[in-house]
Amino acid sequence: MMRTTARQRVRTRRTLATGAVTLTAALALAACGGGTTPEEVAGGGGAPEGAGEFTGEYDGPDVELSYWNGFTGGDGPFMQDLVDQFNEEHPNITVVPNTIQWADFYQRVPAAVNAGEGPDVGVMHLDQLATNAARSVIVPLDDVAEALEISEDDFSEEVWNAGIYDDQRYGIPLDVHSLAMFYNTEHFEAAGITEPPTDSESFMAALDALQAAGYQQPFWMPARWPGHLMFLSLLWQNGGEPYAEDGSEATFGSAEGVEALEWMRGIVDAGYSPSDVAQDSQYVAFKNGETSITWDGIWQINDLEASGLPYALAPIPAIFDEQLMWANSHQFFMTKQATQDENKYEAARVFIAWMSEQSADWAGAAMIPARESIREDAVAGMPQEPIANLLDNVRFLPPVPGIGTVQTETLEQAVANAILGQEEPQAALESAEERATELMEENLESFGG
Amino acid sequence: MSQTRVAAPGDTVDAVRRDQRASRRGVAKHGKVTPWLFLLPYLVLFIGFVLLPIVLGLWISLHRWDYTLPGKPFVGLENYQDLFDSGSGIYSIFWNSMKATGIFTVASVPLLLVLPLLVALVMNRKFPGRNLFRAVYFAPYVLGVAVVGVLWRYLLDANIGLVNHYLGALGLPGDTAWLTSTPAVWVALVGVTVWWTMGYNSVIYLAALQDIPKELYEAARVDGASRWQQFVNVTFPGLRPVLAFITMITIIASANMFGQSYLMTQGGPGRETRTAIYQIAETGLRNFSMGDAAAMSYVLTAFLMVLSVLVFWLFRERRS
Repeated sequence: MMRTTARQRVRTRRTLATGAVTLTAALALAACGGGTTPEEVAGGGGAPEGAGEFTGEYDGPDVELSYWNGFTGGDGPFMQDLVDQFNEEHPNITVVPNTIQWADFYQRVPAAVNAGEGPDVGVMHLDQLATNAARSVIVPLDDVAEALEISEDDFSEEVWNAGIYDDQRYGIPLDVHSLAMFYNTEHFEAAGITEPPTDSESFMAALDALQAAGYQQPFWMPARWPGHLMFLSLLWQNGGEPYAEDGSEATFGSAEGVEALEWMRGIVDAGYSPSDVAQDSQYVAFKNGETSITWDGIWQINDLEASGLPYALAPIPAIFDEQLMWANSHQFFMTKQATQDENKYEAARVFIAWMSEQSADWAGAAMIPARESIREDAVAGMPQEPIANLLDNVRFLPPVPGIGTVQTETLEQAVANAILGQEEPQAALESAEERATELMEENLESFGG
Repeated sequence: MSQTRVAAPGDTVDAVRRDQRASRRGVAKHGKVTPWLFLLPYLVLFIGFVLLPIVLGLWISLHRWDYTLPGKPFVGLENYQDLFDSGSGIYSIFWNSMKATGIFTVASVPLLLVLPLLVALVMNRKFPGRNLFRAVYFAPYVLGVAVVGVLWRYLLDANIGLVNHYLGALGLPGDTAWLTSTPAVWVALVGVTVWWTMGYNSVIYLAALQDIPKELYEAARVDGASRWQQFVNVTFPGLRPVLAFITMITIIASANMFGQSYLMTQGGPGRETRTAIYQIAETGLRNFSMGDAAAMSYVLTAFLMVLSVLVFWLFRERRS
């Protein structure tokens, strides 16, 4: 009985975008078997007509939403507070959060959604949206964006466009988080540096001043994370692009890229960094006051605050032509699973809308709220304020399905090899670029149809 | 198979007869099902988690299989061909990972066979605090790979790690990049693995040593055998069945190495320490190329099967 009603609903709901319609009966069956309780089935008959009209309110029967995210760090408690607050304000919607490390998140979500045991709504990084859209794990949210009256005006162009894949919107932005330059204020004081460096000249001068003040290795160069993010920032600064927008080829091995990677390796050769900086050790060294400057994500702010280290942060200096920096964004998504139950679908829309509006509180998690109307007040006086004013200078990876894996399989290893001195930057980038293009061509083929 | 019962001492002849009569009537019929009932729990698990995956895996390896995409085109043996075609992109990736597995296995298995034996021989003697030492050697084995990996990642860090710090303090070279340069990274991975899993092999050796009858040693001593001759002629032959077992499981465990390099080196410095299992997991679970990954698994399995046969042949009972 439930099976037929679910299928009819799917069929009748014209407002739902194409992704949902491709659902197989088997999946509907699985979802009904696993995700819906008898009470919901019984109450399901009284669902409001015309799901297309979105009022921001949900007055249907009690419904439970499974909400997955990867906020395992200092951002976790802030998200939990928001969820608690939402549950309190919406007695007929119960949001059940499930927090999974980001590293495992992108592996589990497609599997779980395919099995009908996954989330209804969730948050993912924008560079993963295209991949999951192409795999039809997530569904378009154009109608939600429209109904929420959130539009380009309230977001910087970069952030807003980043959620679009194949002319459809798949993500509603929650925040932006970028790479930033963290520095030890005590070391800077001792070295007589009054202003954080903003360009190549002042940055190198600062490194020399720090060395003169006795900080022999002021800028540790990590081979792994976030080394490739530093490389991407420098590549963009130098006028290069890592990947073709249409996903047809990798271009990070360009002359601009080689120059960027040579600069990074040069920091080691010049003795500003020890060699062989393994994963995380540059951050631990910074926290212990062993090194003076580190480039890392603004999500580290809460951890550094808790450590009591005298630090401050500034935008990444313009080592090359333009002051640009790598960034990513957390975006809300809805899975095809939620679209199989009208009530869940409605409730999910209410949840996403509400969360998007509350994103001011999210600034406490050391992120930059995506909405412009909120941002300025939200970050005033917060450590991430200097970055928040430079949102036009952030760059995202293009929305190409499968780009995440391409990057870990190629670019990250080339950067590691070059910084460790195992390969010349040019040779490392060239072979990685070749392999990346190969992978991207394969991806185009698998996702193309 | 359970129809006849061995008479226990004290059973009267009558009772045994009665038993036999009863079994002819009741147990005989029912006896056919009994063994299957006992086997059932294991069979269910075996079929569900071993047999079916083997068949399904073979099926998957013949397709370009991405379970999140609607189309899973049949490609025949293409996935296997790619693995053996030096022109394909996956060829060098796969064989480099097999090479990494090979290096690790060759380096770790001899150590894991010899060192635990030495430990077991020492632990088999009587000395004060023996139980404490037995516990100390076994203790690392109870740790999970995550604990071991994260612990040693920090200890072995080239710049902030304790190992290099103390090496330097002792006047030894304190700047070895244990996790970011070859061949040091292999020393690190093998060393950590030996430290971690040695206790398990030691315990098995120890049990086998205690099973060797004391009389054999006495007889050997009476015949004037030296310590070394006792070891060669009594201890070693007594250990042979266990040795075959330990060699097998150690080879398989080493060939399946994944966690240590995943956590300690992320396959690094570049991708030198990406083992076969690591590459299979990356390909199948992160890249969703289940077909390629399944084909890789079968090639790895074939290697391990040949190796197993070889080991059994080496340790076979020799009739002279």
